[in-house]
Amino acid sequence: MAKRKGLLGKKIGMTRLFTETGEVQPVTIIQLGPCYVTQVKTVATDGYNAIQIGYGHKPRLNKPEAGHLGSNPPVRYLREIRTDDAAEYQVGQVIDVSVFKPGDLVDVTGTSKGKGFAGAVKRYGFRGGPKTHGQSDRHRAVGSIGSTTTPGRVFKGLRAPGHMGNRRTTVLNLEVVKVDVERNVIAVRGAVPGPTGGLLLVRNAIKS
Amino acid sequence: MTQELLKVWDPQPNPNIPELHPGDTVRVHARIVEGDRERIQVFQGVVMRIRGGGANANFTVRRIAAHGIGVERTFLFNSPRIERVEVLRRAKVRRAQLYFLRKYRGKAARLKEDRSLFEDK
Repeated sequence: MAKRKGLLGKKIGMTRLFTETGEVQPVTIIQLGPCYVTQVKTVATDGYNAIQIGYGHKPRLNKPEAGHLGSNPPVRYLREIRTDDAAEYQVGQVIDVSVFKPGDLVDVTGTSKGKGFAGAVKRYGFRGGPKTHGQSDRHRAVGSIGSTTTPGRVFKGLRAPGHMGNRRTTVLNLEVVKVDVERNVIAVRGAVPGPTGGLLLVRNAIKS
Repeated sequence: MTQELLKVWDPQPNPNIPELHPGDTVRVHARIVEGDRERIQVFQGVVMRIRGGGANANFTVRRIAAHGIGVERTFLFNSPRIERVEVLRRAKVRRAQLYFLRKYRGKAARLKEDRSLFEDK
């Protein structure tokens, strides 16, 4: 594991910004934090190092939630970030967007937009069948799904139509373009998973 | 609230771009970057359409280049590469998008001038 820092936030939407040289940059605006450290987990107490952070506002907490949060604000979302330096955090500590600065690379995790039951063309990029030459009902079909008597079955894991999207997805190494500490907003270059308003977990990049 | 946050970094309107209307004959001074050299290129023509969209707002200018070839170029209102825009002439038009200009050439592609632009001054 590595030392990681992160924040929870909400996707605001995409827009474009210009660089100093006048090039257009597609960016996603994310409202991030402030987040509160709600629990610190260490090897000694839990077997691994992590911090649990809370974000959002929940007007009515049930008893277990209230007990867990203690003197922390009533947050709606709790997520854990595994990090080696968990012991350096204190419960109740506030984390805000100032942990990121323009030029940083971040990983953004969210729940992708649900596409429902999707065919193999949309889900896996299959080519589909020919449009002409006497084809009927074969335009978006999956094609062959295997051999004949040997092996006499369809292999497991074969790509086929099924549910697509609405899954936890992480986009790696997005560049932070802008940070606004006052408004708790950042802009990252590129697209992030999920719909506008969706919950996002933004952490510093792990593979860079 | 969320919609406002989307506009946090929207640029201020370029003071060197006056209010434009479809049918305006304009001269756009655009900064062209070639390798490490920079120069200003002037593109003069008729504003054919104006599209909104906040940070993405743009306008398209049509001009007739050599050999009667129509050239359309779209500029982003917020691009720092637009040095300035001059309005030379305003025309009376009855549509927002002047796509019909593509069908006409020469004398037929003229637009009736709206004199009110210069009377104000």
